[in-house]
Amino acid sequence: MDFFIGQYNYWVVIFLMMVGLYTVISRGNLIKKIIGLSIFQVSVFFLYISMGTVEGGAAPIITEGVKLYSNPLPHVLILTAIVVGVATTALALALVIRIKESYGTIEEDEIHKLDHSL
Amino acid sequence: MIDIIINITLLAFLAITSVAIVRMTNLFAIVMLFGIFSLLSAGLFVVMDAPDVAFTEAAVGAGISTVLMLATLALTRNRQKNPYKEAPHAHRPWLPLFVVGITGAVLVYGTWDIPRFGDPNSPAQTHVARYYLENALPETGVPNVVTAVLASYRGFDTLGEVAVVFTAGVAVLLLIGGRRPKQTLKQKDEGEQDET
Repeated sequence: MDFFIGQYNYWVVIFLMMVGLYTVISRGNLIKKIIGLSIFQVSVFFLYISMGTVEGGAAPIITEGVKLYSNPLPHVLILTAIVVGVATTALALALVIRIKESYGTIEEDEIHKLDHSL
Repeated sequence: MIDIIINITLLAFLAITSVAIVRMTNLFAIVMLFGIFSLLSAGLFVVMDAPDVAFTEAAVGAGISTVLMLATLALTRNRQKNPYKEAPHAHRPWLPLFVVGITGAVLVYGTWDIPRFGDPNSPAQTHVARYYLENALPETGVPNVVTAVLASYRGFDTLGEVAVVFTAGVAVLLLIGGRRPKQTLKQKDEGEQDET
């Protein structure tokens, strides 16, 4: 049971990661692919924050009388990663809009067909 | 103990939401579920003692990304067919499932050696993090260590982050901003037929 609680976070992180990867590989809709990519991204955030958590620790804001804090460094990394992640998502969505304008569809297989027919 | 129960429940919710996102075909519902996914993850960050990350995830992940995705949906919806419907996928799911299963199994095998969740003696806690926890307040005068590292010790990295966001913003504007000639595929086809 102890082992289960100790590794549960990492297993769910891996599960989410694989769900995101599966969505990216198997679904043809470009918006859904981007959402799969975002799920993958969030699962990596969980991996980092899980590693920084300390049992019984407080949030890393220095207060009188608190001895144990969780690790602030993963938090800093992930703060940056979230903002950069949204920037890349915005770029990907802009590309989707351009693809829709040029091809008239956002389904991958239809785009392939159009590419081969041209 | 209550922490662990909330943690396990929220992670289970996240797993269920992600499966629902994969299985649904209505894009509007998928985007809404992704908003819920981000909100749940913000809650989970609070449980894991990362309030700064939770704020950012709630504002940026659940707020801005959802709005961006909804805007994209509005701009790319199909007027003839069911507006927000994803096309039925053409290929079989077995090969992707196989790839994902193998990758997941290898990753789970990797977790056997990871220090257990919340271990105060894991290498991640005993190395450089202690320095920042002990010296951030006297050196910078900021009680929030995350802010101190982000804006003071690693201020130039944050400047680099701003550069990345600026570049992305410029790229988005170049891609879809401003006036563009309306060149749809149909017109292109007609143009080519005229030439031939």
